[in-house]
Amino acid sequence: MMDVGLDHYLVVSAILLVLGIFGIFLNRKNVIVILMSIELILLAVNLNFVAFSAALNDLAGQVMAMLVLTVAAAEAAIGLAIVVVYFRNRGSIQVEDVNLMKG
Amino acid sequence: MNWTLALPEIVLACIGMATLIFGVLRKQDSTLLCTMFTIGGFVIAGFLVYTGNYGFGFHGQFVADPFSAFNQVLILSGAALSTILALDWNRTQGIARFEFPVLMLFSTVGMMIMASASNLMTLYLGLELQSLALYVLASFARDDLRSSEAGLKYFVLSGLASGLLLYGMSLVYGFSGTMDLASLHELLVQPTSASPGLVVGIVFVLVGLAFKVSAVPFHMWTPDVYEGAPTPVTVFFATAPKVAAMALLLRVMGTSFASLVGAWQLLVIIVSICSMLLGAVAAIGQTNIKRLMAYSSIGHMGYALIGLAVGTSSGVRGVLIYMVIYVFMTAGTFGCILAMQRKGKAVEKISDLAGLASNDPMLAMVLTVFMFSLAGIPPMSGFFAKLYIFLAAVQGGLWTLAVVGVLTSVIGAFYYIRIIKVMYFDAPAERFDARPASLSFVVAATGLFTGFFFLFPAPFVSAAQAAAAVLFR
Repeated sequence: MMDVGLDHYLVVSAILLVLGIFGIFLNRKNVIVILMSIELILLAVNLNFVAFSAALNDLAGQVMAMLVLTVAAAEAAIGLAIVVVYFRNRGSIQVEDVNLMKG
Repeated sequence: MNWTLALPEIVLACIGMATLIFGVLRKQDSTLLCTMFTIGGFVIAGFLVYTGNYGFGFHGQFVADPFSAFNQVLILSGAALSTILALDWNRTQGIARFEFPVLMLFSTVGMMIMASASNLMTLYLGLELQSLALYVLASFARDDLRSSEAGLKYFVLSGLASGLLLYGMSLVYGFSGTMDLASLHELLVQPTSASPGLVVGIVFVLVGLAFKVSAVPFHMWTPDVYEGAPTPVTVFFATAPKVAAMALLLRVMGTSFASLVGAWQLLVIIVSICSMLLGAVAAIGQTNIKRLMAYSSIGHMGYALIGLAVGTSSGVRGVLIYMVIYVFMTAGTFGCILAMQRKGKAVEKISDLAGLASNDPMLAMVLTVFMFSLAGIPPMSGFFAKLYIFLAAVQGGLWTLAVVGVLTSVIGAFYYIRIIKVMYFDAPAERFDARPASLSFVVAATGLFTGFFFLFPAPFVSAAQAAAAVLFR
């Protein structure tokens, strides 16, 4: 049986971060998926903070994780509100339709 | 625990909440009153910053020093100017709601916290308070498709940047064991204690902050958001948040990570050169004046970043002077853009300015001053901004940056002067609507500052000098 150490947490969180970034840039379908990707990035960060906090035996990382959770909730609320406003004006939330301004 | 150091922020936040409750409870339209309260709050906060004490508060989480005070006063002036400009414009465009000044106020509180952050936690708190309010402001014209699209784009890209910044902060925390900026500085005095993980973290932090000042290659949001957002919001975007983000960059990079300058200096140099080039070249083809100003601001951030790349006290002083001059000339230019209305409808093409010199000679003259200043032509203030920066670059031995800076200013001068040509030599277009008094006031005040800065640069230079000295103790 293998021990789960700090490295494993860091690798998982790095994978989550990369997934989140790719989710934003490769996604061609729906804006909601982008919101989910942003949440994924923030979760990767939280995992990092908690893992480091445990490894360093220092509480500051966990406090930070709580702060990030709160901010992520607020951010999701505002993001969804903006998506609703956008949908009312455009009638679609396809990513390829978000193209009014270019250049 | 010395909470009185944060008195300006606390008072401003309380005024914001009181204004919000007042606006909700009052039956009639209270936009005007709420705007007045907000501007009053900015003035009070500015006074408190000016008279406040210096030191560390909240167990070292929060710092008040000449550097934070300098930036906070500048942030408050930028915010106050945009709030004044917003009032009449919002009314003619039918988006006058009392939430607008309140959101501006809360965003400003966030920026003040950013300028005073001495811990990564405080830094993130301020940054998000600023961003969350800015998301809403960008999409404030909720029945306008362009505004909601601008809000959506800003939200997605800014969320991504915040995520990257946070990830960098988590790495910095994990590989150094502290989130305190001063302890980081002490820890990194021995460069051996910098593990690769820490350097990766610093690069992520730099990326996140470069996004906030809209430096190339993290600038993609800027033109779209500047064009789509309601113009008073664009004024706000172009002034106060830039100062706050630049203050953060200077404080984090210039103090905490100063010993690792070798690890990040090249990055800043590349970002700075790319921003100056893109700002000069991409603006040439623009027809929309707000978009042109977006590229112009990207270029200006490139110039300001030269001071950070130099990493000396005179470099930081140059950045601070640059930001002062930049805020006032940009606010003034956007004041002129806000005056571009025909029959209550905002127009924003450069060709709409045709023949402004015969329709409205005063406005044309002031806009000419701003354009010369943005281009960096003496004796306007923009010239001195660049002078201090290039001087620092040459003293620091970064000749390349100074040479690229001069070349790009010459290229950039082309599109600024083209606007002057359109105003003075093209066949007059239809007249603009009469300017509101508030707009004339802001444009005249910033115009006087921009035009006559060369007569009284001493107080600004010495204040910037004192502020920069704090970072190099």
